[in-house]
Amino acid sequence: MTEVTELSRPEGEASAIKEVLLNLGPQHPSTHGVLRLVLELEGEYVARVDPHIGYLHRGTEKLAESFTYTQIFPLTDRLDYLCPPSNNLAFALAVEKLLGIEAPIRAQYIRVLMAELARISGHLLITGALPMDLGAMTALLYAMREREMIMDLLEMVAGARMHTSFCRVGGVREDLPAEFFPKIREFCAIFPNRIRDYERLIEDNRVFLKRTRGVGVISAEDGIDLGLSGPNLRASGVDWDIRRDEPYEIYDRLEFNVVTRDEGDCYARWQCRVEEMRESMRIIEQCLDQMPEGPFQIDMPTVAFPVNKDRVHCSMEALIQHFDLAAYGFKVPKGEAYSAIEAPKGELGFYIISDGSEKPFRMKVRAPSFVNLQGLFGVSNARYLADMIAVLGSLDPVMAEVDK
Amino acid sequence: MSAEAPLVPALIAERFGGAVEDLGFAHGIHAFAAPPDRIVEICRFLKEQPELRFDFLSDICGVDHHPERPRYEAVYHLYSLPNKWRVRIKCRLGDPPHISSVTGVWRTANWHEREAWDMYGIVFTDHPDLRRIYMWEEFEGFPQRKDFPLRGYRDTLNPFGAEGRPPTQPDLATKDIP
Repeated sequence: MTEVTELSRPEGEASAIKEVLLNLGPQHPSTHGVLRLVLELEGEYVARVDPHIGYLHRGTEKLAESFTYTQIFPLTDRLDYLCPPSNNLAFALAVEKLLGIEAPIRAQYIRVLMAELARISGHLLITGALPMDLGAMTALLYAMREREMIMDLLEMVAGARMHTSFCRVGGVREDLPAEFFPKIREFCAIFPNRIRDYERLIEDNRVFLKRTRGVGVISAEDGIDLGLSGPNLRASGVDWDIRRDEPYEIYDRLEFNVVTRDEGDCYARWQCRVEEMRESMRIIEQCLDQMPEGPFQIDMPTVAFPVNKDRVHCSMEALIQHFDLAAYGFKVPKGEAYSAIEAPKGELGFYIISDGSEKPFRMKVRAPSFVNLQGLFGVSNARYLADMIAVLGSLDPVMAEVDK
Repeated sequence: MSAEAPLVPALIAERFGGAVEDLGFAHGIHAFAAPPDRIVEICRFLKEQPELRFDFLSDICGVDHHPERPRYEAVYHLYSLPNKWRVRIKCRLGDPPHISSVTGVWRTANWHEREAWDMYGIVFTDHPDLRRIYMWEEFEGFPQRKDFPLRGYRDTLNPFGAEGRPPTQPDLATKDIP
């Protein structure tokens, strides 16, 4: 074992204790997937940690080089599988930058709405899963109940509960169904009270507080140095949110607060996520209020299927174009673009190099979980093995995204 | 999308002259082509220059331009938290590809560089811990190179793979190549 981090331990205690090498995972419930940690223990103190990843490596980037741009959407779903609409959005934005197009306003609202629903669903899971890792089962079961409502909403829109693949380059696949609106209004009415319920379940739970407050502190400098992003960095007091600082889609029309905490411990990271769910609710309500009528797909027959197929049925050229698009996909001009969005886990970036063909020459995914997992090296005071579990849970890595 | 910042190319030109080529501003990012032997110096300058302060390393990414020569490329994406600017630095690398590690500038570079080594075989000299990160240690070849078959090479575990063997990989000791 080579470069790994030194975690502090109380002075004078460790010298008499023999070191033990402990293998945690890859099949362990608290690693949230297939993560293997090789821990060097001195008694119960963790001296070094060496994460081994790659058990879920599917070669998304290599596969993408042999897929057309439209075919890549399902691959992006499977990165952070808790919030596929954000992944779709990040990829679509990168391709749209290269094409020099923008989705119609209604489509942008739909995308943002879906992405924020996904953010709530992703945060809900960790809001419940972190207490579960530390022994409080109740919160997870309640969180799953609300997550089920979001799943139903996604199913109503996209036909799939998890892997929605709802975005398209230049818009979304179809318009929102009419029955979606009363359902989501109902959700908006119920959910804020439910967030309060989780807080009450957890905030007075002394065991949870003891195990997360002041545990696993990451300073702002360490967080930036280690490349943390999203709620993990905001919990250390860095006021940075891509939605506000580099607004994409219609985020500049929406009002929301960027949630930060100064403590930088596991509890602050948990709190940030709970608070962000509230902000997401505000965004969703504004989206519903502001959403204009109009097309949900760009009017550009070389890139997107026409909504109205009359021309395709009457004109030979339009038919050929339609066939071409379905059979071979569309060509993207030569160039490169990097597009970053504020995904639930942090900065999700897609770097695409196009050689002018229908398939990307190179697609690189800047996966937030992959980088956030390095936060394990920045923790200054997680001394016990049990603290490691709290830190890992609070960093909220999704292994499918770590391993790509 | 980040705004254009004319200060960035101006300060870089002032400090490095013609050594760092300005590739222009597109899609919210200033791009530069840099010589690989000065990458640490350039990164340190961008990070510590008080008017620029590119303190956040978003990403390091390997690229294989096969059959073009020089074949490889390392691409760095930097972000300035105080100024909200983005910069991309591109370094073309020969064969076998090697470049200095920037782990001394940002600790987050550690895993990004391990990934580029694992997938493309780019050697980052002075990296504290250059091991494979996704593939297992005994794995042969670099899977994201353009000449590596999509389905891998045929063996007992992979009956549908392509015929042949991966080209021999440079020994890790070649880290010492100048």
